[in-house]
Parts: sequence; structure tokens; C-alpha cells
Amino acid sequence: MINKRLVVSGSPHIHASDSVSRRMWGVVIALMPAVAYSVYLFGLGALVVLLTSVIGCVVVEYLIQRFMIGGKMTIGNGSAVITGLLLAMNLPSNLPIWIILIGCIVAIGLGKYAFGGLGQNIFNPAILGRVFLLISFPQQMTSWPLPMVNRTCYLDATTGATYLSKMKMNAMSAVDTSTGATVVDNSTGASVVNAMSESALDSLNWVDAFIGNMGGSLGEVSAIALILGGVFMLCRGIISWHIPVSIIGTVMLIAWAAGVDPVMSVLSGGVMLGAIFMATDYVTSPMTRRGMVMYGMMIGIITMVIRLWGAYPEGVSFAILIMNGFTPLINKFVRPRKFGERRIN
Amino acid sequence: MDLVVLSIIILGGIGIVSALMLFLTAKKFAVKENPKIAEIEELLPGANCGGCGRSGCHDFAVACACAKSLEGLHCPSSSAETMARIASIVGLAKVAPTTPKVAVLHCNGTCANRPKKSDYDGPKSCHIEHSLYLGARGCAYGCLGGGDCVSACKFGAMVLNPIKGIVEIDDEKCVGCGACVEMCPRKLIELRNKGPRGMRVYVACANKDKGALAMKECSVSCIGCGKCVKECPHGAITLDDNLAYIDYAKCKLCKKCVPVCPRNAIIAVNFPVKKTTIVENKEQ
Amino acid sequence: MLRTFIKGGIHIPENKITAGAPIVDVPAPREVVVTFSQHIGAIAVCCVKVGDQVKRGQLIAKANGVVSANVHTPISGKVKSIGKWKTAFGYPCDTVTIVASDEDVAFDAEYQPEARTDEEVAALTPDEIKDIVAEAGVVGLGGAAFPTKVKLTPPADSHAEVLIINGAECEPYLTNDHALMLACADEIIEGVQYIMRATGVKKAIIGIENNKKDAISILKRKLKGNKSIKVQSLLTKYPQGGEKQLIKAITGKEVPVGGLPISVGVIVQNVATAYAIYRAVRLREPLISRIITVTGKSVANPGNFRVYIGTQLKKVIEAAGGIPEDTGKIIIGGPMMGRAIVSVDTPTIKGVSGILFINETESRRVEEEPCIRCGACVRDCPMGLEPYLLMPLTENNELEQLEEHGVRNCIECGCCAYVCPSHRPLLDFIRLGKTKVNEMIRKKR
Repeated sequence: MINKRLVVSGSPHIHASDSVSRRMWGVVIALMPAVAYSVYLFGLGALVVLLTSVIGCVVVEYLIQRFMIGGKMTIGNGSAVITGLLLAMNLPSNLPIWIILIGCIVAIGLGKYAFGGLGQNIFNPAILGRVFLLISFPQQMTSWPLPMVNRTCYLDATTGATYLSKMKMNAMSAVDTSTGATVVDNSTGASVVNAMSESALDSLNWVDAFIGNMGGSLGEVSAIALILGGVFMLCRGIISWHIPVSIIGTVMLIAWAAGVDPVMSVLSGGVMLGAIFMATDYVTSPMTRRGMVMYGMMIGIITMVIRLWGAYPEGVSFAILIMNGFTPLINKFVRPRKFGERRIN
Repeated sequence: MDLVVLSIIILGGIGIVSALMLFLTAKKFAVKENPKIAEIEELLPGANCGGCGRSGCHDFAVACACAKSLEGLHCPSSSAETMARIASIVGLAKVAPTTPKVAVLHCNGTCANRPKKSDYDGPKSCHIEHSLYLGARGCAYGCLGGGDCVSACKFGAMVLNPIKGIVEIDDEKCVGCGACVEMCPRKLIELRNKGPRGMRVYVACANKDKGALAMKECSVSCIGCGKCVKECPHGAITLDDNLAYIDYAKCKLCKKCVPVCPRNAIIAVNFPVKKTTIVENKEQ
Repeated sequence: MLRTFIKGGIHIPENKITAGAPIVDVPAPREVVVTFSQHIGAIAVCCVKVGDQVKRGQLIAKANGVVSANVHTPISGKVKSIGKWKTAFGYPCDTVTIVASDEDVAFDAEYQPEARTDEEVAALTPDEIKDIVAEAGVVGLGGAAFPTKVKLTPPADSHAEVLIINGAECEPYLTNDHALMLACADEIIEGVQYIMRATGVKKAIIGIENNKKDAISILKRKLKGNKSIKVQSLLTKYPQGGEKQLIKAITGKEVPVGGLPISVGVIVQNVATAYAIYRAVRLREPLISRIITVTGKSVANPGNFRVYIGTQLKKVIEAAGGIPEDTGKIIIGGPMMGRAIVSVDTPTIKGVSGILFINETESRRVEEEPCIRCGACVRDCPMGLEPYLLMPLTENNELEQLEEHGVRNCIECGCCAYVCPSHRPLLDFIRLGKTKVNEMIRKKR
């Protein structure tokens, strides 16, 4: 008969082969096409930014866990790696290392551990880091190196405008107020003038934008690479379709209504990256599917409001950050309908 | 310049109006409270242990302030002096202090006395373990060592001894509030008279199984043999459901029951160290 | 067309090792220990004395009140002792031990109560059928062991329209109902007809998950031309066998919060219960045996066994080749809702549907991590609850909020804890919260 001690625990006695680290590393894998493409497009600069950001985030997390919090090390679950990767994806490839490191400290330290670590943070750490850098270093953060041409340069890359900053310029020059012009200069950087030639931007077509043959932050250039990652995550059940689809759908709808090219609105800027990778962050997005759709639609609306009427050419980060703040509220009011209960709201 | 002045006027104006509104609402909706309540609450420990039978220190203070007599209103965590001061605040006669109580664990099923029989692999909670089965160390009545009472204790008097695997109670810190008594899923903790200099004698077992079964579970289980009942000159010990119980009100602390117990289940604590038998018992 | 419930639910690797295995009889042992509390409700009252000679099927403990069930002896023999015995979970319970002599064994081998003839059966009134069921001590054999008579007697102001027979068997590993449907389809159908007569229901639907295609086709063949009883194949999805989920899947109706199936005009019975009712009504045999699946990845001869209630679990396990070497955990019931046990020296009771062995590596839980708010538990909860919220509420003893968030609706299916990527013991705490809230409500009254 049996002579060893039996294990006793409550049901269920089996578990799905799933874990936090499996999901996190799944996201890392999903980011790989975009990472690879950015290195192909921007060369050395992209590599430096990516490595600095990932290593920076992991080291900051290690230091905080080692010296400030204690307890079990959770570096292995890959959440810091994701934050690092996502932060890098949101940065231009000619950003100095010291700025990236500030971003890492803000992302992990302020964004994550100030709230109590994984699962407790209100704001997406990577976006918090990115927005912090954008506000603190507008000049460096909005001068995007031209694709392909300076793959061997890092800090000294020639920069150019993006589709969105040009759109904003056009809009602002139409308004033609002195204040408006100042804002544009501050946010997009003076380099707009000697940047990618206006005609090149004008001729930017859907296919180029879809493949990612344009300037911009590392991760936001290639829609196809991002979609590839998104499909991978959908197949592995890491994310559901609700958030990306509602964001992209809303952006397209509003762009169409406002008379802007809806396809270019989605393909340019950070919409793809934000919708697929940033807004779907578990911790900072709602729990229910209805909540997710609401959250996604609001992100889309805020993004377009900032793009059309705001001072910044791009608003995805801000939109996600704002809605991150609303997520607890959404969770509180958008509840799943209990089985056998009439729907009240 | 105009802009600056205008801004100052507008913002300052908003500030003043808001302050005014705050002031008015605070005045209008101010809740009048008996000032004695705050005064009493100041004296109370503020741990909200519930030992007085109220839902917290504030509730107790309200009860004291509104009471016509302090009979039945007693904070177990406060000294007699504090209670006297509360009595003087409300202007009522102070009630004679009740006998101080202390929590006692009716189990001595340490890892040595009751070795592990299965592995419990779940959250560290007595309630959950209790609801699943009899517990990792056999006895269906004994301490599970999950520490639910430790987290219930507001005074840090309960300590989970990792070597023994059961809870120990610190006499000095225990105020006898009874939070742990409520918490224990097996009702192993009892509030007993603290006794002179903390001396007390009790049965450290709660096993109601028949002798033969109880004997298998644990080396210090009460088997309901009744020897202590016969031995006790004061009629303080009763036997119910194969389990002896010493009535602390009747117990004269003569300790005659301690050596007769064949299972060493009766424990005498805080007695001056004279007889070696007691020391042995304490160590077990 | 395949039907299923909409909300939540998961697909779990089925691991039905013993699917299609025939039912093997475990011979009646010489000594049985019969427990008085084998059902939900009041403990039955013993009505034999030590030294009494009892015959197979004789009543040994009477139901105590409405929600309670009779207990019968599965073998003939002498009452050896009446007293406490440890259950598989280690708690003491009241039992009677019966020992058979050689004559008794010989008697049992021959003994077969006289079956009711067709005329006799046809003459039974609904109340008579219910009484027979209650007399026979039939309880729900799906696992909960709720006295069947109570379920067959809906309150006077309610109206039952549909009888649903639960053959979903959504728990992984278990195949006892499957084996029964394959072996005793006619008997089950007859049992269903008795239930229909007892309750006055005109329509019955047998719900079976479509991972049991053979059972579906057998029952469909037998029911060809029968207008009142239908077979409904269901998409394989856990927890389809949950009463409320099954009703939703088959009729599309939702049992209201806190309500019973009868509030939507439905009565649900398990296939094994229908079979027990058949034996009680037709064969005059009380509930003294049941089918148990003994299974597990390392079990030598896993299979479905017909076991007399009161047989020691270890005897049943021996029939399947003994306890495997690498066993870490033994479970009574399925892996999702079953309970881990500490002892196999304990008698079988009516509610045991399976004995499952889990090997050492799989029986340990993975260390829990912080909740990453992925929402998997919310997505998969078939009752529309928010397990991620209920767990901390229980830990912090926020009972009012727990109640408000519907902790009492939890059916303890375990989907939340199964899918949680952080391996959080969600169900352990929700179960605790449920008990605490129920306690609070009882105190308030």
C-alpha cells in the first residue's frame, strides 16, 4: 500500500499549461518582427536604442528588487524585458543613451514599482517612460532619422519629419497663428525644415506605410511587422481582438469623418503599435470584453482629438495613458453580467 | 501686464469663492458629536479588536458616552486605571475591574508530538485547510498552524512557532480581547482567567475521539480516561465527549491533576520552578 | 445541431482513458462499513443494533427529515459494530460495520428480489414512485448526492415542463456515466420514464457531450420513434454538466440568481440517478451499488467498476491494479471538482463517481505570482463573476462586498483557478468567502 505522504489541496487539481512568464515571453516573441525590421531600417542606431532600453529596464528592476523591495526575484518572467522593448519601440533611433536610461528609470521605477510592482501599476510603464521623455526632451524625441539612408550612424543621423508632423504643420499653417507655429516648432523640432523632403512625404503611399518604408520611432514604422506579432498573440491567446480592433476602427472612422486619409491615419504614427502592444497590456486595461471595447474606442477618440486639434502631432501615447487612468473606473462600472441576472446597464 | 492681472483676479476669485463655499457647507452640515466621545476614544488603544463586544473603539466610546451605567462596558485591552478615567469623564461610578483573561490554546500537537501525515499544498489559511480535510498533521481537532489567529490578533500576542508548528500565545501581550477565539475554525482557543501571576492549569487537547483513536493521532492527546476527574479535590474537572475540561472558576491551581495524566495533556504554566515534572511538562 | 452554454467555460484536455471500457463488477466484500451521512442533508438515524442479522438491501439507517436519505446494507451479514470511522478526509463519521459469514455470501449469490411485472409498474401512481425512490435511498449520483425525492417533488406553486437528464460528464478522466449509458441504455430510458411519470413531465431531453458519440448513437437508436424523450448532443465544454449550464445549453433558459431549476420549469437528473431509479422501481433494489471510474495516467488497469457502497476504497483500487508508485495525490471525483483524500482505508459512499490518481509532479501546485489582471478568470467564469476580485475581498474579510459581487452564485467549477496564469488559488478563497458569507447571512436572520 502507500507509504508516502499524500498531497492535499483544494480543487481544481489540474491547471492549464499557462503561466505569467509564458505569456510575457510570448509578447517578446511577438515583438520580434518589428524589432528585426527596425534594425534593418535604422541599423546601428536602432540596435543601440533597443539594447540600452532592454538592459536598462532589467537592471533597474533588478536593483529595485534587490535593494528596495527584497523578496523573490521576478526578472525571469520577462515583464521588464517587455517594458524595455516597448519603450525602445517608442523612441527614435538617434536618442542618446542617457535619455533612454532616464526613460528606463521612470518606466520601471515610477511606472511600475512606485505602485507596488507587477500587477499593481495604474499606467503602462513603457508609455509612462515615453511620455516623460517626450515632455522633457521634445527636441530629441521628435527628430526621427530618415530610414535606410543612415544605417551606420547613431547620434549623427539625418532626421526628417513624419507623415503626422507634416499633417500637423499643414493644419497649423492653415490656421496661421503665431502661437500655433511656436508649438509645432517646440514639439516636432526645428529640424522639420531641413528634413525628409516634402515631396517625398507627399508621395508616401499606403503600401510604403504598410510595409514601413518611412521615418518614425523604432516600432511604429512597419504595420505589417506589428500585425504579424498581433496575429501571433491572438493565436496564442495572449490578447483578445477587442482592444486593437476597437482602437483601429475608431481611429479610421473619425479620420474618415474629419476628411483625413483613414488608412494613413492608422498606418502612420503609433496607432498600430499602441493598439496591438501598448493598450493591450493586461495590468492597465479593463477586465471585461465590454470594458475593453469601451476602452479601445475612447483611446481612438482621444488619439484623433489630439491629432486633429491638439498641439502634438501624435496622441496615441497620451490617449492610452489617459485611458489607463480610467481603467479602474471602467472595471468598477462595466461588470460582466452574472448568470441568471437581468442586464441592468 | 493686463493678462497677469486678469489671471490673478480670476484665479484668486475662484479660490476665494470656493473657500467660502467650503466654509459655509462645513458650518451648515457639521455633525454635532458629544465631545466626551473623542475624549474617551483618545484613551482607548484604537486597535478595534472587538474584545468589548462592539464593532470598534469608536463604537465603544459612543456606548460609554451614552451609557447610564458602565456595567457591562469594559475594554479588555485597557488597564483598570484607564477604565477609571473613562468613568470620571462620563461621570459615572466605575465598575469593579473584571478578572483579566488570557487566550489559551487547547492543543499541544507540535510537530514532535504529532508528526506530519500528509502534505497540505494550498494557501496558508486554517479555514481553507480545515474545510478540505483534517489537516496535514492528522488530528481532526488540533491546531493546523495556518496562522489565522495570528493575523486576527491586533496586539502581536499570537506567534506561529515554525519548529513546533502550532501557535504560541504571549501572556504579556495578550489582552484577552477574544479576536482569535472567533477566528479559529476549530474553536481551540479559550479565554481563561489569567490567574495569580499568570499561573494556570488547563487541558491542552481538544480531541473528542475515543481513547484508542485519540491515542493514535497524537502523543499528548486526552484519551478521556478520567483520572484527572477523580484526582481533582475541587470538582473542577469534567469529562465530556472523551475530553477533560478544567473549569477555571473552580480550579484552585493545586496541580494534582498534572502528574496523574497518563498522556501529559494537562499543562501548568507560570508556576515557580520547583518540581522537575512541571518543567518537563512545559517543555513538551 | 450541437448546443452549448454561452457564458464562460473552457476546454480541458479530456484524458478519458477509460472511455468505452466495459463495467467490471467488484465482488461484494466480506465486510462493509456503511456511512450514515452519504448525502447532503441530515444524517440518517441508525435503526439496527450490534449483533443484528441483516439481509442485502435491508434498511439500516432511516432518513431524518425531508432532506435526508435512507441507507441500506449492500451485503447480508451480522452487524459487527456501530461507531465512528474516519472518512477519506480524516473527519470522524457515524458508521455501521457489517460482516458476512459463508452462509450470507451464499445467500447473496442466490438472492434476487422479485422484479415488478409490467402490470405492477403500470399501476404505480406518481406518489408511489416517489415513495419507492425515497425508500430506496436514491440520491443524485452526479457527485453532490442530493436526495432525489426532494428534487422529484417541486414546490406546489411551480410547474415542471422539461426533464433534463444529465449525461454531459464534463469532468476530465471520468467515464462512469459514459460506461453506464453504453451498457444500460434501456434501463436508463426506463428510469427516465419513471421520473417523467413521477413528476408529470411530458418531455425529457438527455444531454450528452459529443465526445461520447457512441453513447449518443446508442441512445438515439433506442429512442427512435419515441416522441417524449430526445437526445441532445452538446459541444464538449467544461462545466457543461453544471445544472445551470446544462439547462442553458439545452433549453436556452437561464436559472435566475439564487433560483432553482424548477423556476424555469426544469428538473435535472443524472443518468446514473435515472438508472438507480430504474433499479428501485423495477427490481425493488435500493441504492446499494454504483459505477466508479478508477483512473489516472499511471494506473495499471484503469476502468469502470460496479462497486457496492461500503466497500473499502482500497479494495476498489486493488481491482484496478493498486495504487501506482508515482502517486502524489488521490482524488475522489474528477480533477476539477473532486476532493483530495488522505486515506484509502475508508468506505465508498454514494457520491463517489471516480477515484483519480495524479502523479507526483502534477499534484504539486506551482508557486503563485501576483495577479496581472489578464482577465482570464472573468472571461472563463461560467457564472459571470469576477474571481480576481473575490479573492482579495475574502482575504480582507469584506463580506458585504463579497455578497454584492455574487460570491454565492459560484458553482465552484474551478475554471478560474484552472486558467489563471499566475497560479493563484482563486477557488480556495472563493469557497472560503462563500462559507463566510453564508454564515453571515445565517447570523443576520
